[in-house]
Amino acid sequence: MENLDRLLAQGKEAVENANDIKALEAVRVQFLGKKGEMTQLLKGLGKLSAEERPQAGAAINEAKQALQEEINARRERLANAALEAKLAAERIDVTLPGRGQTSGGLHPVTRTLERIENFFAGVGYAVAEGPEIEDDYHNFEALNIPGHHPARAMHDTFYFDAHTLLRTHTSPVQIRTMENQQPPIRVVCPGRVYRCDSDLTHTPMFHQVEGLLVDTDVSFADLKGTVEEFLRVFFEQELAVRFRPSYFPFTEPSAEVDIACVMCAGKGCRVCSHTGWLEVMGCGMVHPKVFESCGVDTETYSGFAFGMGVERLAMLRYGVNDLRLFFENDLRFLAQFR
Amino acid sequence: MKFSEQWLREWVNPAINTEELVAQITMAGLEVDGVEPAAADFSGVVVGEILSAEPHPNADKLQVCRVSNGSDESFQVVCGAPNARPGIKVPFAQVGAVLPEGFKIKKAKLRQVESFGMLCSASELGVSDDHDGLLELAADAPVGEDFRSYLGLDDQVIEVDLTPNRGDCLSIAGLAREVGVLNKAPVKPVACEPVVPVIDDRFPIEIEAPEACPRYVGRVIRGINPAASTPVWMQERLRRGGIRSIDPVVDVTNYVMLELGQPMHAFDLAELEGGIRVRKAETGEKLVLLDGQEIELDSDTLVIADQRRPLAMAGVMGGEHSGVSDQTRDIFLETAFFDPVSIAGKARAYGLHTDSSHRFERGVDHELQVRAAERAAQLLLDIVGGQPGPISEVSVAAALPPVAEVRLRAERIQKLLSLDIPATEVEEILQRLGMEVQADGEGAWRVRVPSYRFDVALEEDLLEELARIYGYNRLPVRTTNASLALRPEPEAKAGLAELRRLLVARGYQEAITYSFVEPKVQKLFDPEREPVALANPISADMAVMRTSLWPGLIKAVQHNQHRQQPRIRLFESGQRFLPGADGLVQDNVLAGAVFGSRFPEGWAAGNEPSDFFDVKGDVEALLAHGGALDQYRFVAAEHPALHPGQCARIERNGEAVGYLGALHPSLLKTLDLNGPVFLFELALAGIEPGVLPAFEALSKFPETRRDLALLVDESVPVSALLESVRENAGAWLKDVTLFDVYQGEGIENGKKSLALGLTWQHPSRTLNDEEVNEVFEAIVAAAKQRFAATLRG
Repeated sequence: MENLDRLLAQGKEAVENANDIKALEAVRVQFLGKKGEMTQLLKGLGKLSAEERPQAGAAINEAKQALQEEINARRERLANAALEAKLAAERIDVTLPGRGQTSGGLHPVTRTLERIENFFAGVGYAVAEGPEIEDDYHNFEALNIPGHHPARAMHDTFYFDAHTLLRTHTSPVQIRTMENQQPPIRVVCPGRVYRCDSDLTHTPMFHQVEGLLVDTDVSFADLKGTVEEFLRVFFEQELAVRFRPSYFPFTEPSAEVDIACVMCAGKGCRVCSHTGWLEVMGCGMVHPKVFESCGVDTETYSGFAFGMGVERLAMLRYGVNDLRLFFENDLRFLAQFR
Repeated sequence: MKFSEQWLREWVNPAINTEELVAQITMAGLEVDGVEPAAADFSGVVVGEILSAEPHPNADKLQVCRVSNGSDESFQVVCGAPNARPGIKVPFAQVGAVLPEGFKIKKAKLRQVESFGMLCSASELGVSDDHDGLLELAADAPVGEDFRSYLGLDDQVIEVDLTPNRGDCLSIAGLAREVGVLNKAPVKPVACEPVVPVIDDRFPIEIEAPEACPRYVGRVIRGINPAASTPVWMQERLRRGGIRSIDPVVDVTNYVMLELGQPMHAFDLAELEGGIRVRKAETGEKLVLLDGQEIELDSDTLVIADQRRPLAMAGVMGGEHSGVSDQTRDIFLETAFFDPVSIAGKARAYGLHTDSSHRFERGVDHELQVRAAERAAQLLLDIVGGQPGPISEVSVAAALPPVAEVRLRAERIQKLLSLDIPATEVEEILQRLGMEVQADGEGAWRVRVPSYRFDVALEEDLLEELARIYGYNRLPVRTTNASLALRPEPEAKAGLAELRRLLVARGYQEAITYSFVEPKVQKLFDPEREPVALANPISADMAVMRTSLWPGLIKAVQHNQHRQQPRIRLFESGQRFLPGADGLVQDNVLAGAVFGSRFPEGWAAGNEPSDFFDVKGDVEALLAHGGALDQYRFVAAEHPALHPGQCARIERNGEAVGYLGALHPSLLKTLDLNGPVFLFELALAGIEPGVLPAFEALSKFPETRRDLALLVDESVPVSALLESVRENAGAWLKDVTLFDVYQGEGIENGKKSLALGLTWQHPSRTLNDEEVNEVFEAIVAAAKQRFAATLRG
């Protein structure tokens, strides 16, 4: 039995000295394999007496199991070390930039337009579009702006001939909608519009969104509610909003809408010309003559319309200080709206 | 319109300060554009009188004056103004005065002569740009009075941006009326007492176009003083009203226009022949206007003529020959009412815009003419003297605007404004506005509108007036109630919003370019088509409507290349304008332009340039978005702007929906661009409709794959070969992949090797080798026959 203790000690030492899986396996074969040194001891049991045999057998098996556990433990340690070595070898610099396309971005005008459309789509307005080369009737006549009207001078219209022009607002889309659809109507009309004007604060093309709601019970109170709510959700602020009487040939009563300047919170700054207010949109109750042009009964139905310049809202929202940047398409500008 | 606050307050003087007044009228719909002081800041200037003026001993252009400031003392002042002479009264800046911009007046020596103060021109005091010598004041100007208080310079000039419907406010009288209404304050109009005629002279008046000129009032004044000058107080009011002083007669007509809102005209009676005829012009008639330009009249233009020739364009501008001059002794004063519709647009048609046309187009009170004629006559008598004749008035009652009577229903106030307002308050507001209000049955009124509120004609106009005076911001606010009906929306649709985002995810930046482009560039991209041209383009390089988005995008590429951008990926969506035999087509397209490396410069990817297939991959992604990619074909094609060997027409079920290709190298050169630049353009109507996914049961049986390498002539299009493969691959072909295209070593020159992977699968059983071999042979045989293909070993 002394032999057994010695063998176990030798075996443990050999396990400790095995530096890889292969060497460890060799140690296992040497001691515990079919012909291994410990296995051999079992074969010598026959020489012992029947009384000694069970005790000696148990002792050998115990020693074998102890060595096996040592081997198992050693194997796990070796495997872990190997894995760690592999992982260490596979380390990368995760701070390197990723591979492939970087994403681009939408134009700030599109971004603003989509945002506006979405607010209104969310409460059931449809999006309507129309031709940009329009006829005089839809752009002016049907909107209660006859040929001699002074409001025409304010529109600086681009003409192709006496009857064809580039639309000066998206209002003709409202006319086309009412011509083709009976109330109730809820639409927003986004799009490009054109005025023959170009300076620091005007570009000959810009974008508008107009909205139109026609139903049996629509009042100026609905218009105020809609416009105020829209401006607050658009700017994500509890803004002061005020309505000023104004004049558009296609609405009566008409109003201009001012918000407390978003740049200075109404204190007065360069952007609001030190008035604390910014004019952001026009609106009003649809003029009965416009309804008449479209065959809508003015005793049954009433409606409101509003319109806003998209570039103006985008400038206020993102702090853009030069209108002309919107159409230069300089990547250094565009890439700021990713 | 600009006006003096002081002047307004002579008419109506509510107990509010300037700031409150400005806020109040702005909120009533008379938007104030600006408020400026009537004069720059200065102090220590008084009305002075030049007692004597002697030549300066040491300077030719200077004089040594003695000036009185009203005290017992007089002061020696050296002055360089040519009009300095004894007896005149001028602004005198005494020692200690501070002129605009902080200029301090001290005792000084000019060429060895002492000077105690300075005599001033108008421009030195910042009251006008006029620096032709000293500002000469009226003979009765009180010497010693503070100059600011003498001219009322502590005044504000308020500019209102009036909407076209509020022509009634284009005068002090109209503004005063409005301010009176808003403040419930009394308005004190200026007296317009009849001027008693002292002579009998009349000049005949004949209205031949009564619908355009329903009323014409004339008056002769003889023997005016040609040497008279406009009093400084009137010049000042004109100046604050934005009108230049010209001569006393013209100044009076302008003054009355500012004061009452009635444009007037004064003729030199000596230049008139026979009598006034208010008539339409004859086509081709010529008239030299006051500003010196000769215009050719058309038959739609109303003129004031005499028996011989046109004298003035009615309501717009007078003629040069018949206008008053320094020779004029006798005048004929015109005060007319012209119908707005007859005047509107006329001035603009001749490229003119005058204070008179501005008012007549918007409307003038048709009851105002006689009053204005009396007022002007009185002012003329005061300033230039002369003997007034009687007023001659010709009116065509039937052509005058009728008094508007509008029915107003309480129920409409409730319905359209959601406003519960007592009937008495409605009546009170309307009456304050000068309307006559009478009950008209239960819950309704009959409202007579005063002649000056020609903008009010409908019930809605009265609602606006009520809302305006009540206060827009006091009106109720509510959230709209509406039906919650769902709107149908097709699922099988590649919407623009999604396509845009797809391109953004693939590295594109959205651009927005002008819809009008340079004709030269447009022609490069679409030489065959005549684009729609603007009649009045804003500039030559924005003169025609694009027939493609490429000209605009290419300009954007150019802009960015010129700013050293190495990599450009842009897209745009918008309308193009295609003139055609069946008229103009305006449809939406989605287009892109690509220049530079495939990937952004970086450590991980080389800087290999983008090529056709990179952009084709982007286009295919767009086409695949609606789930119908297999409906599209890319066909080798030609396009005037594209490289002939790198141009594909994109067809959907045989219909062209767009193009893809490399910009033609000759265009690169013409447009001063670095290349290659790849372009695509897709008609949205052609690519938006999609197909719904249709489920196919998943097979439980194994797939069989065979690879095939074919050697074909390099001119054989892969798409044709793939089509042939599909046709011959039997019913159970699942997929064909082209996994290699090879030319080079080991391949005969002019040939290419195509490696295909074919996969078959049966839905309900395992395919056996014989079946697969059979279709494989058929594929090879067809390829041999149709494309002279050989199997590559």
